[in-house]
Amino acid sequence: MNKTFFKKYFISGPYLFWMIAFTIIPICLVIYYGLTDKSGTFTLQNIMSITTPEHFKALWLSLLLSLASTVICLLLAYPLAMILKGLSVNKNSFIVFIFILPMWMNFLLRTLAWQTILEKNGVLNTLLEILHLPSLNIINTPYAIIFGMVYNFLPFMVLPIYNVLIKIDDNVIHAAKDLGANSVQTFFKIIFPLSIPGVISGITMVFIPSLTTFVISNLLGGGKIYLIGNIIEQEFTTAYNWHLGSGLSMVLMVFILLNMILTFKFDKGEGGAVL
Amino acid sequence: MKKNKCKKWAALFSCIALTIFSITSCGNKDSSQDSSDSSDLYIYNWAEYIDPEVLTMFEKETGIQVHYDEFETNEIMYPVIEAGAISYDLVCPSDYMIQKMIENDLLAEINFDNIPNFSNIDEAQLTSAKEFDSENKYSVPYCWGTVGILYNTTMVEEAPDSWAVLWDEKYKDNILMQDSVRDAFGITLKYLGYSLNSVTESQLQEAKELLIEQRPLVQGYVVDQVRDKMIGNEAAIGVIYSGEVLYCQQENDDLAYVIPKEGSNVWLDCWVIPKNAQNKENAEAFLNFLCKPEIAVKNFEYITYATPNKAAKELLAEEYQTNPAVFPPESILSKCETFHYLGQEAEELYNSLWKEVRSK
Repeated sequence: MNKTFFKKYFISGPYLFWMIAFTIIPICLVIYYGLTDKSGTFTLQNIMSITTPEHFKALWLSLLLSLASTVICLLLAYPLAMILKGLSVNKNSFIVFIFILPMWMNFLLRTLAWQTILEKNGVLNTLLEILHLPSLNIINTPYAIIFGMVYNFLPFMVLPIYNVLIKIDDNVIHAAKDLGANSVQTFFKIIFPLSIPGVISGITMVFIPSLTTFVISNLLGGGKIYLIGNIIEQEFTTAYNWHLGSGLSMVLMVFILLNMILTFKFDKGEGGAVL
Repeated sequence: MKKNKCKKWAALFSCIALTIFSITSCGNKDSSQDSSDSSDLYIYNWAEYIDPEVLTMFEKETGIQVHYDEFETNEIMYPVIEAGAISYDLVCPSDYMIQKMIENDLLAEINFDNIPNFSNIDEAQLTSAKEFDSENKYSVPYCWGTVGILYNTTMVEEAPDSWAVLWDEKYKDNILMQDSVRDAFGITLKYLGYSLNSVTESQLQEAKELLIEQRPLVQGYVVDQVRDKMIGNEAAIGVIYSGEVLYCQQENDDLAYVIPKEGSNVWLDCWVIPKNAQNKENAEAFLNFLCKPEIAVKNFEYITYATPNKAAKELLAEEYQTNPAVFPPESILSKCETFHYLGQEAEELYNSLWKEVRSK
């Protein structure tokens, strides 16, 4: 008994160390900063400051944009994952490979490239001009940010859904068909319910980074669109108010926790699908 | 089956090996940071603010290894120095930030005996440096200039001469603003006829309202990108530091620079040595190297920011010496002001007002 106890903790040791050093302690620091002011006395003001119009607006906009990009990602990713499932093993791994390929390049560089493409005199508008089509002005608008989010986070939606779909036993689908279900019924009664863990995990993996991003909004929003991530970043860098930054981060954590709770609720017993 | 397993193990092994390799190869570079080896020099400078060849020349001449990092605004630099996690030996902040660093006891006095070439620095610049470093003890002037408007002559109807052009509806979506608290407010306060060091709340509120009014007209709030965007004809008007002008004009003939009639900010960036510097003597050796006229000229030709080095200025081509964008005449300079450090309270006020502007 004692031996298994030791073994269990020995094996989890590196992970425990990692988690304590790089997750627990930093979170404690954030909570400490968030609940104190510059003189170190306890205050709730940093957290309450989310109600000021400029913070609240940024939070609202962040929620809206990340929700929009999550929905778009889902709408794009699910059919793609279904197509991938239908392909032969060699073909689909090739397409998955193609999907992951852009991730070999730095995320900042790719976003910067989109800036050059979408600019007023950028690649896209030059092309449109050559084709005598009206020019598109989406750089520095919320649309450009949604676009950037979808572009950057789409693989994180495709992969978990694809992983779940590929694991669904074909026999289950055959059984449904044998019992007289048409393909629409099979999809809604069998495939979709079985793929929910992947969908949930995909949603989490797109929604959370979208909600907290400040780089995408900075690069594609021309600094005109302030998301909550930008405000927090500014508090930590330019304004040098770590207390306020931490307080706002704690508010953001609430939304992330809500998302996680939902994930766990939907995902009971199917933990394997969550990446 | 067994062969397959072997393959898997090989793949796993190579994955791990690759990860470890990449981690350690990054680590090597950084680990030298801890050693207080006297042949290192850690420099923290504005982005693209030195000729990289100057660094190589210095390394060759002295055998000192230069480690070079860059920042984008004074406000980003300050917390890095204050936190002290990385001890830089030389930093290049602007006037008001140097004052703040002196007031917060972050700087070491420079030993000018080690910098004989310091005598090349223009007396006039040393006088203006006294505004923030009252005894010229902490700073060695590096570059100076003004803030003004860069405009594209083909895209504006008439040459602007006032900050008012930044609020002109005609140029909606064609204006680039500086994403820097002090510059944005400084411009607006000057336009309103106030001092750009104002701490009067009503004046600042007025400036804030004006900046909010300007927001829909602005294409973007950027720092270093003004240059590239103006060169690429992305915007008609941009707020820019005078030192970028020569480069922009080399790349795009249609660009012109003006210091608006209301006056502007004249700034002076200086080298300072933080208190926790590990290689102070190397830093001073580097400063001495930079103050050599021929090095200052070489550096000027690369970064095109006006040099306070008198001996170097005399070596410059006539067209540079008389170019009002680079070395503005006294009549214009007299209308310009230097930024002062305004204290923590005022700083917080500025920041919160700026946040209101930006998140509107």
